[in-house]
Amino acid sequence: MKAKVYVSLKPGVLDPQGKAIQHSVELLGFSGIEDVRQGKYFEISLENDADRDDARESVARMAREVLSNPIIEDYRVEIEG
Amino acid sequence: MKFGIIVFPGSNCDHDAYHVISKQVGQPVDFIWHRDTNLNSYDAVIIPGGFSYGDYLRAGALARFSPVMESVKKFAASGRFVLGICNGFQILCEAGLLPGALIRNRDLHFICEHVFVRVESSDTPFTNELQPKTVLRLPIAHAEGNYVCDDATLAELQRSDRIIFRYCDSQGNITPEANPNGARDNIAGICNSARNVLGLMPHPERACEDLLGSIDGRDIFRSLAATLAAVA
Repeated sequence: MKAKVYVSLKPGVLDPQGKAIQHSVELLGFSGIEDVRQGKYFEISLENDADRDDARESVARMAREVLSNPIIEDYRVEIEG
Repeated sequence: MKFGIIVFPGSNCDHDAYHVISKQVGQPVDFIWHRDTNLNSYDAVIIPGGFSYGDYLRAGALARFSPVMESVKKFAASGRFVLGICNGFQILCEAGLLPGALIRNRDLHFICEHVFVRVESSDTPFTNELQPKTVLRLPIAHAEGNYVCDDATLAELQRSDRIIFRYCDSQGNITPEANPNGARDNIAGICNSARNVLGLMPHPERACEDLLGSIDGRDIFRSLAATLAAVA
């Protein structure tokens, strides 16, 4: 079983890295880009016999308490397998 | 009066802080390894600058799980003094001992230069030897010093006089141009509501000797020593 955690800056929090990436991408010739926001992605492998709901709950806690800083970031958890 | 300097894997201003306390302030000081948890013999602890845990995940994010940090929380709750410098400020925010967070600098660069900060309040154990509006010239050296917080937190910090240092120009004017990293409201340092925990991005410990180009950091450590002497 695998858990995927996506951490992104909250709307309104300045993302200078996203801005720099947007600028570079536009220099490459890509147009029509309104905004680029950079985030973090985590893959967490879990024991296969883990209970799905328990896994979701414990990974959400991990995301809330470690992987993200709730002052500046949001997170989303997906469970696969 | 005894100081402790907390050392995480990746701390690199621990010796600077130790030097200032032992040589400039002239007080007993120990290094405290992050796995130690007994802070009973200390009156003040300094969380120094550096790159604890390589800044993995977020600056300061992993240091907060070191065993010593639970003791630091109890230490702070007991009213004793905690000073977080640069990475130490980031750790204090991640640990919830100070509000807000420090994110990537507005212009993305790691900034290593002397800046001016204005003392906004003398009403802390760390600034009581300084007059309000005093301009200090202190070095900064960080990539994540851009202080952010929500509107309610900012209003509370302002209302309760907890913004202790703000980036300014050489005359003490708070301007956008004098803000090196995009920090909200030019915030360079704040304290907690009990005023015994202070975090700041500039490095006062690197500005305590003429040889280093500024001695403006000394009064911060002298304030703390004077406070400790008064309560002893």
